[in-house]
Amino acid sequence: MADEGLVPWRQLALGMAMPEAGSAKRFNTGDWRGKRYPVTDRDKCIKCGLCWITCPDMAYLPDESAEGYYKWDSYYCKGCGICIAECPKQAIEWREEKEEDKYGPACGS
Amino acid sequence: MARRVGLEVSLACAEAAKLANVDVVAAYPITPQTHIVEHLAELVADGHLDAEFVPVESEHSAISACVGSSAAGARTFTSSSSQGLALMHEILFIASAMRLPIVMAVANRALSGPLNIWNDHSDIMAERDIGWVQTFAENGQEVLDLMLHAFKVAEDKRVCLPVIVNMDGFLLTHVIEPLLMPEQAEVDAYLPPYQPQQRLDIAQPISMGMVGMPEVYTEAKKASLEALLGSYDVVKEHWAGFAKQFGRQYKPIESYRSEDAEVLFVTMGSLGETCMTAIDELREAGVKVGSVRIRLWRPFPVDDFLAAIQGAKGLIVMDRALSPGVPAGPVATELRGLLYAKGYHLPVQNFVAGLGGRDVTRADFRMMLDKARKAFAAGGEMTCEMVGVKE
Ligand code: SF4
Ligand code: SF4
Repeated sequence: MADEGLVPWRQLALGMAMPEAGSAKRFNTGDWRGKRYPVTDRDKCIKCGLCWITCPDMAYLPDESAEGYYKWDSYYCKGCGICIAECPKQAIEWREEKEEDKYGPACGS
Repeated sequence: MARRVGLEVSLACAEAAKLANVDVVAAYPITPQTHIVEHLAELVADGHLDAEFVPVESEHSAISACVGSSAAGARTFTSSSSQGLALMHEILFIASAMRLPIVMAVANRALSGPLNIWNDHSDIMAERDIGWVQTFAENGQEVLDLMLHAFKVAEDKRVCLPVIVNMDGFLLTHVIEPLLMPEQAEVDAYLPPYQPQQRLDIAQPISMGMVGMPEVYTEAKKASLEALLGSYDVVKEHWAGFAKQFGRQYKPIESYRSEDAEVLFVTMGSLGETCMTAIDELREAGVKVGSVRIRLWRPFPVDDFLAAIQGAKGLIVMDRALSPGVPAGPVATELRGLLYAKGYHLPVQNFVAGLGGRDVTRADFRMMLDKARKAFAAGGEMTCEMVGVKE
């Protein structure tokens, strides 16, 4: 059936509200990324946090296992390159995703 | 008992928001709406109204702040005009889609360019399809009354939609009129405190303003559409309740001397008053002419309109805005479409008048009637003419 999985309009909540908080987390906007992704060279990083602040998708977050550094999250990075442009130390560079890497790059780079 | 007062209509509009005991006002001043928000700012600053007045930096921010405060469960009011309303454009659709019962007073004014601060309906005609309930006031009393009614309709749990009350800039907003100012207790009896159907609450978190993927966007639009269509009966119900409480009767369509009229003018807003005076003169000369005035513009009151034009042999539809590139102004285009869809073979002559503050006089109405009757007699094509263009 063409309309399989659709929700009848009468069953939508008022204003299409969701009865839970933070549901946007389930949108893995990282799926929209192209073939490149940003990688931080921690030797160059001065822990300024600009990548964290300027990333529109909060795909750089404080790295709990390495204080002061920021950890990249492949699930939400859309590959816009803002972090690369904003990093004052050119510590972030593009890396091409490899063909054989079919599940995409790992988080945390 | 209500007090009889002489008051500038803008201030009456602000007083209505005060009587409605709004929680939040977020607005940016723009001529000819300025006095409305200025007065509300004063009322809040002087402690007469216990509300948050958010002095935002633009209309885009004003309506965005209203979306936030309404989502948080606050009774929310804003007001704008012309370029300001245009700057709100994208958020207006979001407010109705999120089913937020914001009330907005629009002081109708021409859109630039050329830059013009005077009255016409081009600002609101550009916002026809925002999914809000919309009414048009004819005089000061109606502004005050429609404002109170707006909150009642918006917050009704069968509706949950934002409402715009349109009032002609300057022609209404800046005129001092005699009007009946109701007592707070009367308003409280008509309009109890707002009971949100849902709101942002940390204790019971919800997400509002969700993404509508292709799998759900159509259904979401359908739900909003049905809410707007369904508001028709609620609008009428709350006008009936208003009549009980305050003694003044409002209908979606207002008819004047229309029973035996062969030709009917169709107007909106303050133009209806000039039109009635012109009709009185024409009636004295034996011309069978009357008028219908559209008070409820969205949802369009199809049944009331069709009932009001029964027996007429022709309509003269007044537009106070152009719809460049189509054969009529926005109101006439819509009414021709409606009549065609409903199987009426009724000629509709269209006149675009009163643009950018140009006066529309009784003589103009006589001229329009003359031209229209000739066209009706000739069985000619339905035209659209701009009134008073200097060649
Ligand atoms: S590429 Fe864009 S989305 Fe990805 S981490 Fe950098 S700033 Fe964020
Ligand atoms: S912007 Fe560059 S230097 Fe600053 S924390 Fe991020 S990677 Fe390190």
